[in-house]
Amino acid sequence: MDWIQTFNLTVGVILDPLTAAYILCAIGLSVHFGFTGLLNFGQAAFAAVGAYGMAIGYLTLKLPLLVAMGFALLCVVVFALILGVPTLRLRADYLAIVTIAASEVFRYLMSTSAFKEVTGGSNGLSQFGYDFFDWNPIPDGQYTFGPFNWTADQFWLRVFSFGLVGIATLLVWLMMRSPWGRVLKGIREDEDAVRSLGKNVFSYKLQSLIIGGLFAGMGGIVFVLSMSNVQPQTWVTNFTFMVWTVLLLGGAASMLGPIAGGMVFFALWVFVNEILAGMSAIGWLPFLDPAQVGQVRFILIGLALMLLVIFRPQGMFGNKKELRFNG
Amino acid sequence: MANDIVVGKIEPGCKKVDPILVAHNVTRQFGGLTAVNVEHLEIPRGKITALIGPNGAGKTTLFNLLTGFDKPDTGDWQFEGKNLAGVASYKVARRGMVRTFQLTKSLNAMTVIENMRLGAQKQIGENVFAGLAQIWTSQEAKITAMADQLLSRFKLDTKREDYAGSLSGGQRKLLEMARALMSEPKLIMLDEPMAGVNPALTQSLLEHIKGLKANGTTVLFVEHDMHVVRHISDWVIVMAEGKVVAEGEPGVVMKDQAVIDAYLGAHHDTDLGTMKKGK
Repeated sequence: MDWIQTFNLTVGVILDPLTAAYILCAIGLSVHFGFTGLLNFGQAAFAAVGAYGMAIGYLTLKLPLLVAMGFALLCVVVFALILGVPTLRLRADYLAIVTIAASEVFRYLMSTSAFKEVTGGSNGLSQFGYDFFDWNPIPDGQYTFGPFNWTADQFWLRVFSFGLVGIATLLVWLMMRSPWGRVLKGIREDEDAVRSLGKNVFSYKLQSLIIGGLFAGMGGIVFVLSMSNVQPQTWVTNFTFMVWTVLLLGGAASMLGPIAGGMVFFALWVFVNEILAGMSAIGWLPFLDPAQVGQVRFILIGLALMLLVIFRPQGMFGNKKELRFNG
Repeated sequence: MANDIVVGKIEPGCKKVDPILVAHNVTRQFGGLTAVNVEHLEIPRGKITALIGPNGAGKTTLFNLLTGFDKPDTGDWQFEGKNLAGVASYKVARRGMVRTFQLTKSLNAMTVIENMRLGAQKQIGENVFAGLAQIWTSQEAKITAMADQLLSRFKLDTKREDYAGSLSGGQRKLLEMARALMSEPKLIMLDEPMAGVNPALTQSLLEHIKGLKANGTTVLFVEHDMHVVRHISDWVIVMAEGKVVAEGEPGVVMKDQAVIDAYLGAHHDTDLGTMKKGK
């Protein structure tokens, strides 16, 4: 087993742009679930709308990259309105059902060959221009920080994506300490009580859905920039549940929760993969084919999610008094 | 006394000198059961009105209907002369008609002081952009001062930083009432405010409700404790099987034979202990 490689991969993923993409989605979900109590099981769709919005804006509509990003966020707002207006008047469980269905509907819409001209069908969209790296202010060269070793472009991608994570966290912190955030927390606790105090609960839930969705949309944008393509099979329900695991691991109603949750989750994800693959390769796990390691990871993730919710519902950073699973 | 409240004859649904709330022909059916069937009802302004009646009489349903938490099958009602039928519950509260709930709705994972602050109306910072811009801090200080004052009056000041979920049932009742008062309502509708509150605190709560009246707030409350009703209310409305069956001053209504039969029972004035001995 190559311990050095295991270590490097494990540490490297902590500051991977894809980790940042998941963290952004988890920050959005913390606004939805942690602070407002909205059960959104379609966070993958919000990220996908952001990703496709930018890709279509840039490649099909030929918008400048920055404008395409704005277009992507606009698409997210429209998506949130379509999803929220009919469902947010209903009980929380209905939103859960509708969001999970909507995210699958959106994925199939993107992968169907009917809109191949616009969406690229099941192949998705690629051949991004390199405008994003033209923005790179960092001089060419190799940059080494401890175990991290990046080119200027890799460095720039990380600065950009974790910069967005920082901005998102700051925004959530400012919003949640304001009276606006207080109304959201009130809604999480008891909608009718908040209604009886003269607050328009429906409007606040819609605002929460839009704002949390925007963070997920940013996550989708980061995802596309990092992969320089967008494919429909990325946005399966697995994506949503990984975001949930990240959020619950860190703490659903905490500021640093999504960040720490994302980093720890992906470090473990890679570490477990390397260890299992290594042990399987040297014959310590005779029942496990090296090709099956990937599936075993998903089983472990499911198990971890269950154990978390049962034994540490507040996550690493949350306050147990502030979050229990009482619906 | 009664003639500064009522115009004409005292009877169920009688006209008031200065009604703050007028309801007409309000009905609500649950399946085949008529939960509320109020032909006419007026609540006098600036008074304390008690709504009493046996379990299942429709008191809470009437509260829900009037405050927009439930939709009636028929009927209309006006608050301060303006139509309120079909108005969303949050708008009802903004107009100055604020209610509490029989099953207390404290916001458990928020602190007591945050519960209180949430009650205040017209907060600038409740707009998301204004909230981000931090322009709400001076208003927040005013709201907090008012909240602290109410908390100390309700003897909850020592619990200020505790989570509402850690309070006892009675304390949550108090918190809910104090929170409703944060909105400075014109009419406060209390659904069993004294249920589960200890005797000493009941006493001070009663004084507080009287104080509300002195400040010009109209109070409408549902209560089963007849001592409380007799002690503070200016007017009593009795409901049974969805209908208003009697109205009047507390002393008069409680001697009404129909009310005694339907609700109070023949021995409502006597101690349970003495009843046993008497038999």
